[in-house]
Amino acid sequence: MTPTVLRRSALAALCTLCALGAQAADLTVSAAASLTNAFKALGPAFEAENAGTKVVFNFAASDALLAQIVKGAPADVFASADQEAMDKADAQKVVAAGTRRNFVGNSLVMIVPSDSKLGLKAPADLLKPDVKRVAIGNPASVPVGRYAKGSLEAAKLWSAVEPKAVLAQSVRQALDYVARGEVEAGFVYSTDAAIMKYKVSVVATLPTETAITYPIAVVAGAPNADAARRFLDFLATPASQAVLARHGFGKP
Amino acid sequence: MDASIAVTLILTLKVAAWATAINLVLGSAVGWLLARRHFAGRDLVDAVLTLPLVLPPTVLGYYLLVIIGKRGWLGSWLNQSFGINLIFTWQGAVIAATIVAFPLILRSARTAFESVDPQLEQAARVLGLNEWALFFRVTLPMAWPGILGGTLLVFARALGEFGATLMVAGSIPGRTQTLSIAVFEAVQAGQDDMATFLVAITSIVCVTVLLAAGRLAPRSGAR
Repeated sequence: MTPTVLRRSALAALCTLCALGAQAADLTVSAAASLTNAFKALGPAFEAENAGTKVVFNFAASDALLAQIVKGAPADVFASADQEAMDKADAQKVVAAGTRRNFVGNSLVMIVPSDSKLGLKAPADLLKPDVKRVAIGNPASVPVGRYAKGSLEAAKLWSAVEPKAVLAQSVRQALDYVARGEVEAGFVYSTDAAIMKYKVSVVATLPTETAITYPIAVVAGAPNADAARRFLDFLATPASQAVLARHGFGKP
Repeated sequence: MDASIAVTLILTLKVAAWATAINLVLGSAVGWLLARRHFAGRDLVDAVLTLPLVLPPTVLGYYLLVIIGKRGWLGSWLNQSFGINLIFTWQGAVIAATIVAFPLILRSARTAFESVDPQLEQAARVLGLNEWALFFRVTLPMAWPGILGGTLLVFARALGEFGATLMVAGSIPGRTQTLSIAVFEAVQAGQDDMATFLVAITSIVCVTVLLAAGRLAPRSGAR
């Protein structure tokens, strides 16, 4: 090969790489871990309606997603599992003004491994000496942990349960700990318990101080803001709400 | 907050120290075996024991969960026979750190033992030393600088172990939350001040270890 040909092929390779790195049609959705299954089911439907747009999901604990966005992660949509994480996003002006809305609701449940023989029926049973460990999302970064902590505090049980708490990085990790039988009980959303119904049993649905509602918003400076707005509208359609309902989510 | 950081630091050092001590004994023994004994499947044993160096920590963490978890084959036996539970304990963190760092000492120890001249050992045998005395008075002292280098690597690696530890020991403040996990938690929660502080502490500890290593190694090396 002559040097010119070499240079041209190098240039062509470089262009291909650049094109792969920044696909203008990508819609990046940073969503709470509890939305994993429902959003994965909705992704193809959105892509079918918006030809040329590819939905890329990034699932983690809401505050972890927020920390990424604050540091400049190129997300287009932020869906949080509680208002507190979205309030923080609002305060730091990382979501576009006027785009925030609530789109689903959920409920907090206490679960035990399905082969548990401890007969746990309510949060107060966690005080039993047989209960050594309880999986709770880290309240500092995981909304389900904040809901659980708030609910236990209201029941005057938090100080007794806290020493037994194994802090999970996301609601799905708390679910996994219970499903593997590594902890005697845990707190997750009813939608999470439903995806592992053969491994975990729901023993109680807990009251929360504030109703569990999921806010969603377009990220400020989103690379693909148009598609982000369409995604928010898409979630409000009856068809999408039906998919969310099938995964156990309630109305906001 | 200062008290809890001190607890985290002490716990991190405790886990790393245990992992180092276990690896020093095990790594030297297996390293010597691989260097001095020829047996069928030696290369396979070497490859399997070196695996933690190249496997993702999450894969190791998963293996450990499956093996020593409450429903794992070893974990269920430990739990039913002795009431021992390793998941979410600092001992579990020690196991994770030990396995992750093991190849570092194994490599160093094997090379160190291989570089000991067999003729010197032969001479010691002729002079009447039995095999134990030979090992502790001739082979080990000569291989020591290499083994010490590996030991310090193990300590540094164990100090920073994150992935497998998080999966096996979880993140329980004051009990299993090591410095690297505390940094991760702080960043996840957007607590940058805390993260910066912890990162500074970690860096200071590591620099101290490296400085100590620099001062220790030549003196031990000079016989």
